[in-house]
Amino acid sequence: MYVAVKGGERAIENAHTWLAEERRGDTDVAELQPAQIREQLTLAVHRVMAEGSLYDPDLAALAIKQARGDMIEAIFLIRAYRTTLPRFGGTHPVDTGAMHCERRISATFKDLPGGQVLGPTFDYTHRLIDFKLAADGDVPTAQTGEPQNEKTPHVTEFLNREGLIEEALTEDNTPPDLTREPLEFPASRALRLQALTRADEGFTLGMAYSTQRGYARSHAFVGELRIGVVQVEMDIPELGFAIEIAELTLTECETVNQFKGSKTEPPQFTRGYGLVFGQSERKSISMALVDRALRWEDLGEDDVGAPAQDVEFVLSHGDNIQATGFLEHIKLPHYVDFQSELELVRKLRREAGATDGQEAAE
Amino acid sequence: MTEYNFAYLDEQTKRMIRRAILKGLAIPGYQVPFASREMPMPYGWGTGGVQISAATLTPEDTFKVIDQGADDTTNAVSIRKFFEHTANVATTTKTAEATVIQTRHRIPEDPLTDEQILVYQVPIPEPLRFLEPRETETRKMHALEDYGLMHVKLYEDISRHGHIATAYAYPVRIEERYVMDPSPTPKFDNPKMEMAAIQLFGAGREQRIYALPPYTKVVSLDFEDHPFDPSKAPHPCALCNAEDAYLDEVITDDEGARMFVCSDTDYCEARREAGHVGKDAI
Repeated sequence: MYVAVKGGERAIENAHTWLAEERRGDTDVAELQPAQIREQLTLAVHRVMAEGSLYDPDLAALAIKQARGDMIEAIFLIRAYRTTLPRFGGTHPVDTGAMHCERRISATFKDLPGGQVLGPTFDYTHRLIDFKLAADGDVPTAQTGEPQNEKTPHVTEFLNREGLIEEALTEDNTPPDLTREPLEFPASRALRLQALTRADEGFTLGMAYSTQRGYARSHAFVGELRIGVVQVEMDIPELGFAIEIAELTLTECETVNQFKGSKTEPPQFTRGYGLVFGQSERKSISMALVDRALRWEDLGEDDVGAPAQDVEFVLSHGDNIQATGFLEHIKLPHYVDFQSELELVRKLRREAGATDGQEAAE
Repeated sequence: MTEYNFAYLDEQTKRMIRRAILKGLAIPGYQVPFASREMPMPYGWGTGGVQISAATLTPEDTFKVIDQGADDTTNAVSIRKFFEHTANVATTTKTAEATVIQTRHRIPEDPLTDEQILVYQVPIPEPLRFLEPRETETRKMHALEDYGLMHVKLYEDISRHGHIATAYAYPVRIEERYVMDPSPTPKFDNPKMEMAAIQLFGAGREQRIYALPPYTKVVSLDFEDHPFDPSKAPHPCALCNAEDAYLDEVITDDEGARMFVCSDTDYCEARREAGHVGKDAI
């Protein structure tokens, strides 16, 4: 006998208590501290900050702990927190030319001013499980050298000097902000870049990869990839001058892409740009490739119908918080809509003369 | 941070949402873009409705939340608790006592009054979306009142199935102007949309708000020879014997036996309290 279902509230409470227990796991194993996540799962923390659009390593580490390591869940926690924060003002644009680079490589020049700095990279490591890591935590001390204090020039500047690459457009207008204004199309490049830097790493990677495989190929070289610390400065009205308020680790990627020319302009390389919070090479390179693909219209290229060229497609589907929310909502009750479809299908089948076993049994 | 503003959102955000609501009420059926905020529940789980409720609720309000017509479904419980915590408003499960009702997929069976506001959670606000995926195109179509595509779709349904094969989120035309998505309510609820209460529709992820002022003309799209049919399961409620209520089908054993009960749990309970008895009532 059916009794109208009650008890949703208690079920939710019990589920949440169980979740908390599962999160903790076996209590014989020491509890994970957010500081450990911040220091030892740094790249996870960076991804959460980048896609959460909030630069706060401690908070991101806590979110990862709370989310049991589910990155999108952690990003969601950060986003939901971020939206409650008041906005005090805007900072000056950060100067990535003045970045204290931990890593700086160019794939287009063998050597260049500022040098090739490999930095702490997985590149060239052999991907062999290191069983020693499970046993002891001893690390060899890395050699140190003299820090370079002069600015590290951007590779694209060298090309620009010869006119070999398109001018980077500078805009003094305050860029739009999709966290404050509804996303509407057509979207300017600044808005596209904002959407891409917050976009899901996997989605951006897939889109970028598709351009490499021929869906709007633009043959990208990594002109430069740099990771390091930049200073953030902000004008304080009461002081009347700018002060440094923070330091951020950023990853910047500038791609040098296939050239084009016209009757009036000789051939020139074109640019794609990626800039991401934290250390995230994969994301910033992906972003630069997708940025470049989305610029087809500005550059007078053909729309070949590739997904990565479609601004509306890319921007509407790259946000993993939107995507996961909508995807997972289909596990919510849908009895009512399903019931209406059930009635309709039964009716259509009845009229089509189909034998419906269920109906016949009644 | 432990303290949040009344109803969670800050006042500036609420003002922005209220402006969108007012614009929506001024242009019934038009989808107003708004800067939807990330909420502490996932997109697709009622964030649009939650933002409208947050911008609409006052401390004196009495709030009711239903999902699939029921107050006790998990997401309804979750949203109700959210506003109990953040706005400290009185809540109720009784339709008549509520001043603001947030709903997903149903309109209450009892007629609403001009003292009430009905807030819908909307997943995809664009009725033309599944015919044309591009927002840039669909906005143009609305601007030009170019709804031919929708009529062709309905016509194709009839030629293929003999009926319009849309059972929920059945498109409506508002005041002979905008074609509007009523949210995924069963088409049974469409005729109720010409009502005394204000109806507000919020799509958080899609960043759209639209609205219907009281007694706005709402016409379900159809053809003269295939008039709109707000059908439901041809049974009375097994618990309260209601003939006029939308019913959920419940499977009761592994032989596939089933019963039909009101989806509006408050309506069903009130009828049972008033002495109505269905065939399977305990």
